[in-house]
Order: sequence, then C-alpha cells, then structure tokens
Amino acid sequence: MNSEVSAPARRIGGVMLSVDNISLAFGGVKALTDISFDVREHEVRAIIGPNGAGKSSMLNCINGVYSPQQGRIHFDGQTFSSMDPHKAASMGIARTFQNIALFKGMSVLDNLMTGRNLKMKSSLLAQAFYVGPNRREEIEHREQVEHIIDFLQIESVRKTPVGRLPYGVQKRVELGRALAAEPRLLLLDEPMAGMNIEEKQDMCRFVLDVNDEFGTTIVLIEHDMGVVMDISDRVVVLDYGKKIGDGSPDDVRNNQAVIDAYLGVAH
Amino acid sequence: MSQPGSNPDADTFPRLLLRHAAVRGERVAIREKDLGIWLSWSWRQVADEVRAAACGLAALGFKRGMSVAIVGDNRPRLYWSMAAAQSLGGIPVPLYQDAVAQEMQFVLEDAEVEFAVVEDQEQVDKLLEIRAKYPNLKHIVYDDSRGLRNYPDPELLSFDRLQDSGREFDRAHPDFYVEEIGLGRADDTAVMLYTSGTTGNPKGVCHSHAALIAASRGDIAFDGFTADDEVLSYLPMAWVGDHLFSYAQAMVAGFCVNCPESSETVLNDLREIGPTYYFAPPRVFENLLTSVTIRMEDAAPFKRSMFHHFMAVAKRCGARIMDGRTSDVGLGERLQYFLGDLLVYGPLRNVLGMSRVRVAYTGGAAIGPDLFDFYRSIGVNLKQLYGQTETAVYVCKQPTGKVKLDTVGTPLPGVEIRIADNGEVQVKTPGMLKEYYKRPDATAESITPDGWFMTGDAGFFDGDGHLKIIDRAKDVGRMNDGTLFAPQYIENKLKFFPHIKEAVAFGNERDLCTAFINIDLGSVGNWAERRGIAYSGYTDLAQKDEVYALIQECVEKVNRDLAADPKLGNSQVRRFLVLHKELDADDGELTRTRKVRRNFIAERYAQLVTALFSGAGHCEVEALVKFEDGRTGMIRADVKIREAGTFPVATERAAA
Repeated sequence: MNSEVSAPARRIGGVMLSVDNISLAFGGVKALTDISFDVREHEVRAIIGPNGAGKSSMLNCINGVYSPQQGRIHFDGQTFSSMDPHKAASMGIARTFQNIALFKGMSVLDNLMTGRNLKMKSSLLAQAFYVGPNRREEIEHREQVEHIIDFLQIESVRKTPVGRLPYGVQKRVELGRALAAEPRLLLLDEPMAGMNIEEKQDMCRFVLDVNDEFGTTIVLIEHDMGVVMDISDRVVVLDYGKKIGDGSPDDVRNNQAVIDAYLGVAH
Repeated sequence: MSQPGSNPDADTFPRLLLRHAAVRGERVAIREKDLGIWLSWSWRQVADEVRAAACGLAALGFKRGMSVAIVGDNRPRLYWSMAAAQSLGGIPVPLYQDAVAQEMQFVLEDAEVEFAVVEDQEQVDKLLEIRAKYPNLKHIVYDDSRGLRNYPDPELLSFDRLQDSGREFDRAHPDFYVEEIGLGRADDTAVMLYTSGTTGNPKGVCHSHAALIAASRGDIAFDGFTADDEVLSYLPMAWVGDHLFSYAQAMVAGFCVNCPESSETVLNDLREIGPTYYFAPPRVFENLLTSVTIRMEDAAPFKRSMFHHFMAVAKRCGARIMDGRTSDVGLGERLQYFLGDLLVYGPLRNVLGMSRVRVAYTGGAAIGPDLFDFYRSIGVNLKQLYGQTETAVYVCKQPTGKVKLDTVGTPLPGVEIRIADNGEVQVKTPGMLKEYYKRPDATAESITPDGWFMTGDAGFFDGDGHLKIIDRAKDVGRMNDGTLFAPQYIENKLKFFPHIKEAVAFGNERDLCTAFINIDLGSVGNWAERRGIAYSGYTDLAQKDEVYALIQECVEKVNRDLAADPKLGNSQVRRFLVLHKELDADDGELTRTRKVRRNFIAERYAQLVTALFSGAGHCEVEALVKFEDGRTGMIRADVKIREAGTFPVATERAAA
C-alpha cells in the first residue's frame, strides 16, 4: 500500500568540485603544495590534519578568500584559476568560520536574514518600505528563515541577540546563516570545535540532516576523529601543506602516513 | 444557552467532537505555533482531520479494542490521533516522550500496542529499536518528517499520508466513520494512562468515557469554565493532568487548547497566548519564581527596591484582597496595593504569562508557603487540588475564596471520602478508574470490595472540612521512640527553600532523623557568585563549607517548624549531608514525574546512610552516573556530614 519509492540512504552523484594541483604560499611559507582532490555531489567530505596543515587555507582557496599561485578549481563545469568570494557565494558555496563571525548585537533572526542577502531582489531603497512586492519578498525570506530556525531547533532564542547565546548555540546560528543562502556546497570550518560531547552530537545530527534533507554537499574540517569517522563519506588528510591520504574513513585510519603524521615517527 | 457538553447524547469523546463541530464549528478549537506563527483549527476542521486520521487507521487494519501508542510533545495531530483511535473504539495510550526505549518497550508490550503515532525522528528511532525486540508493533505514523525521508521502512508512514489514505477510504466507505462512532459506548475504555511507577512496573489505568466526562463536567461546573477559556498544553501528554485539561475538559467545555512551539519556548508562548486557565505542578511555579528572583537580584537598584517594597505590601494584604476579604484591609494598604498592581504585579503577571489567568491550579506535590503566597499575593488565583491518575484527578479542590495553604481543599461534588483506620484516604468518585489493564490483582488491591479506591495517601480532615495530606500511607513510619515519621512531609518542608532542590529523609525505626540534600545549582550558584565563592561545578559547590552553613540554616528553620507539632516534633533533622551529585531520573533515582524513589536511593547510597547514623564527620563515596547519550561514568567524592540544631518540642497536645 505504501507506493512511495524508498530512496537509497545516500545518493552520491558525480564530481561537483575538484581542485587540481593547488599550491599556495605566503612569502616563503608554503601553506599548500600540489593539492588535488574532488568532492562529489551530496557527499560529506572531511579535511583533517594536524594544526597548521593547511586545512583552513584550502577552504579559503575554494571560496575565493585566497588566490592560489598555482592550480585550478573546477566547480559546476567551470574552471577557475582563482575564485572570487562573491562569485563563489552566488554559485552556491556557503561557509562557516572557525571563529564565529556573526553580528553579535543582532538577533538570531536578523543574522539569519543577512544570509538571504544574495537572494533578495528588491533594491536597498525599496527594502526600506514594507509594501507591495517588497513586502511579499520579505515574507518569503522570513518563511525560509523560519524553516531553518525550526530545522536547527533554535525557536526559543529567535529574538535573542547572538552575543548573549552560549557558544554551542552561536555555532548553530552560524550554520543557520550559511543555510539561509540555500547553498549547494557548504564549507564548515571546525563546526564542533570547543563543544562538549552533547553539543557535538547535536551538531553531527544537524550536519547529517542538512546533507540528508537538503541534499547539500558538505566539506568540513574537524579535529575530532570520532566525529570525522562517523559522519564523513571520504576523508582528505593534509600534513604540512601536502596531501598524505585520501579515501574512505577506514582507509585513512589504516594509512601508515596518516598514523605517522598524527602520532609522530621516530627520526 | 445550554452547554453542548451537558447534552446526554454526547457521552463519548468522538460524539462530543461531532457536537462541537455542529454547534460551534467556526470557533477555534486548537492552535499550534509553527514557523513562528500561531496556526489555528476550528472545531469543524478538527472534526475533519480526526475523521481522516481515523479512516486512515481503519485502512491500515485498526480494529475496535486495539490500542495506539501516542508519543511526543503536545501536538495537535497527536491529540487528533487520540480522538481518531477513540472514534474507532480503540484505546489511545500516551507515553512519556522522554522515556528511553527500554521503558517504552514494557508499556508497549503490556498494552499490546500494534499502532503508534509519534512526533518525530527521535521517537521513530526509539520505536524502531523496540520493534526489533517486539515485532507486534506494526505501524508507526509520524508527524514531523524531518530526517525521516530516507528511512526505507515500508511500515513507516507520515501523518499526511495516513490522512490521505483515510480520505480515500472514507470516499469508498462514506458511512463507516459515523457508524463506528455510533458503536461506541460510554463505558468503553477511553484512554489508558500508565502510572509513573514509584513502586514496581508501571500499570495501565483504564478510564472509561463516562468517568472522564463526568469528572470533566464536575470540574467545569465547579470553576465555571466556558467555551471562551484558553489553556496552554505543555505538560506531558502521558500525564493524567494534561489529558484532563487539554483533552477531556476541552472536549466537554469546548475551550481552546494551545500547543507551544517547542518545550523551550513555553514561557514565551505562555505570554503570547495569555491562558485564562492554567495548571502546573509546583515545580513549574517554583522555576518561574526562581527566574524572577534571580532577574530581580540583577536589576538596577531603583527597580529592585521598588520590587521589594511592593512585594512586602503584597505579602501583607495581597492574599486577603484576592480572597475578597477586603473589609479587614486598611484603606492605605489598599491604595498601596493598587499602586503596586499598576507598577509591579501587573507587569510581573504579564511577564509570567498570567495576565488573563482566572483560575490556576497546582497539585501532584506539596507547594511551599512562600511560593503559594507569592502567586496569590500578586493577584493570580492559584489554588490546590488533589487527585491521582486512578481518580482522574477528581477528588478535592480548593473553592475560590476559601484557600488554605496546607490543605488540598474540600471534596468535589459527587465525591465521597473516608479515612481508614491506618490514616489512609479512601475515595469514591465519578472519575474512578475502570481497572488496571490486565491486572485484576492490582485492581482488587486498590479498590475495596465495597467500592472505595485506596489512594495510599495518609491524611485527615481539618476543622473546616478541608482534607490535609501528610504523606504516602506506606511511607509514614515510626521512629524508635514512637514519634510519627512522615518523610515526605519533612522533605517538602526542606524543598520549600529555593536553595534546596531535592531532599530525602531517613528515620523510620531509627533513633534520630537524618536527610540527604540536593542543592539547587541555579539558586545556590547565583548566591555563591554574588559572594565571590569560586566553584567548578555541582560536586565542588555542594561540598563548600559556606554552602553547608547555608543549608544548615534551612534545616534548622524546618526543625523549628517541626518542633511546633507535638506529633512530628521528634522527627527533627539531626544530621544532614549535601549529596555530591544531582538526583536524576536517568539514574532511576527519581521517577519520570520527578518524585524521589526513597528506597532505591537508600540502597544505592547505603554507605552514606550508614555514615549519617554512625556519627562520622564525612564519608567517601562513588556513584555510577548515566550520561544522556547512554554511556556511564563514575563520580567519586568525599561527602561531609553536618549536625543541625534542634528545638524543644511543643508539649501541649493539639486536638487531633
């Protein structure tokens, strides 16, 4: 009687984003050397590595904050030698930051509304008047934002200024703002840093739910190995700006180079 | 102007629903806040929704007499599912939504549940886990589809699809629904509510339509509720209180039920709705007051002094003004109170969401004098009631204007009460349970051959005919010198202090009385911060000498009270300790309704109990704790034990 075709648990598609031989240097410091990997549609891709391995730099290259000296980024059938943040955002790439970058004095709701920025059609001046099409548009955006509030279960703090919220909730709000842009690719820079076990579990659930519900592709940087192994489909390992491993969580776990990078080797 | 509920034809809940749909079809029956907006459904819409859900259940093979588990927060669709099951002659079985799978499994097996309607993924996961061990659970219907899209289970169904197939079924069998309702009888079981299980496994209390409707009618007549009243339903659906206030009484009186957005937004939703009729266990009132007190402590000096000044005025005359005894309040006081109402009480009631409250009730546990007076003095007509799951909470209520702090009021219309030789309160009430499900032994144990329900509570009537409950009859013991030992009575007195969250008293068949204390982390933490006492967490704070001194003061005040009562005077608390961990339902130390399980605690902390009675100054202890994710860990601590001062017992014999 149930005619609904039960979808497979995961529907990972073709390659959506790939980076080819990316190298990035700040003066004499080589942050990234010859990095190549790809991200498939609908997957959860983790980037791990010890401190200073170049993980955040990698994300910054993908969404155009940094311009790599070498290499190519292919996204959505187009090739770039360097991205530009605005272009990246309009192509559907959103991100969260390692250090929370919200507007502390604004309410959760307003912060999420800023995430809709690129989707707003009416001009700055027109937005000042709550009439006609502007009003309809505002209501539409608000509805989208309310869905995200519901999704992230932050109804109780809807109107609370972000600065007054606990850290774990602020992280959630930041994820919410990224989601408000309806991204196809979501870059999460240490979404669970500094959280306690319960907050981490909640965050994992949200990341998986985002992936599941909206089909959003996720690239995340994370230090907690338990989290990475549990929620990601494939893992890239960086160390001193070089890629030392790439594959399923199990492959990576058993990769000698990775073990050495994390536990150290006798010289 | 006849009340639709008083029509003798409408003797089951589905018939009441049809009647409301006919008589007041366009009036709002239920609201829910979703995506930040209050959505409402009229009685006619509710009747349609219920019809679709009922037909959907029938299409899945639901038959008369089967039961449906209902699990989740208060959601309109879950209430509709109850009505849908009742329409088909089925029995809804609401479960506590925060219970772990294991606890649920017992109830599902006991109630032979094959269908379940649940709120969300969290509950679906639990039920799928249970189904692995209890395959009879066939169909699971969920309300919120979030995260469930890719569950490959064919027996998993969204509420929308249930209703879709129901509408199809309805078109094919247009007479089915009305015929099914026609088959319902007033003495059919309307609902099965599982008792919290302070002792042993939970038992399913079966209530008939007739009993619930009679109890609801009695309540409605007593307090004059009408179709214009509004309630906020935020207490667990599995609890008899919520079932009565948000379902049975709403169905009988036809008033509007409001479902909050989430359990965390209740305070805000309360303020937005402004219910006229409000029920909360003492704990909720206490939390509200604590949050107000803490915020006032942090307020600017002017506001703070204004608050304190007018609260003192309210304390002197507020309760008398509330009771209408204005003749013994001076004009000056009344003027002050009027001013206070304008500046403090009114805004405060508004913050608490009680601006429109006509009648507020509390029950289920004793309420502290300060707490009770606080609400009454600021103009909230807070009253106490007494009843249990088995009596559909229809035993005693305090009549407006005749409220006494330490009693639970007078018997309600149609209720008879007698006190047995051992002090136990026994009742005959229209809201009497039908039976315990599949437990004739338990039924026989709780109902005497001549039809009295044994409440298990010890109590007596005072001079004004008000019932006074002191403790559970079986818990009332005697100390070695023959003094009556009523542990709950002592614990409640201790818990009335905002600094004390839980207390467990020991003393039965002992020479002296002792107690475990749980401090309230919010209140004591705030107190410590203001005094610059650094602490790292509960365990650390609990063992501070300053905290012990604070608690000792409280214990000594309780002792002074106890000393005034010749019957209980010797059960003053001589020695006490502050527990190193908070008592928790997850560790089995509290029931789901947050009552202490005294014997379990005594066994678990046997070391500490021994130390309390042995005269030791401290005791090292280890305890296993269960974290929310199911893992366990050990807490180790060195717990201090203190003596508390006692007072000479009043000698004159009070009239019993």
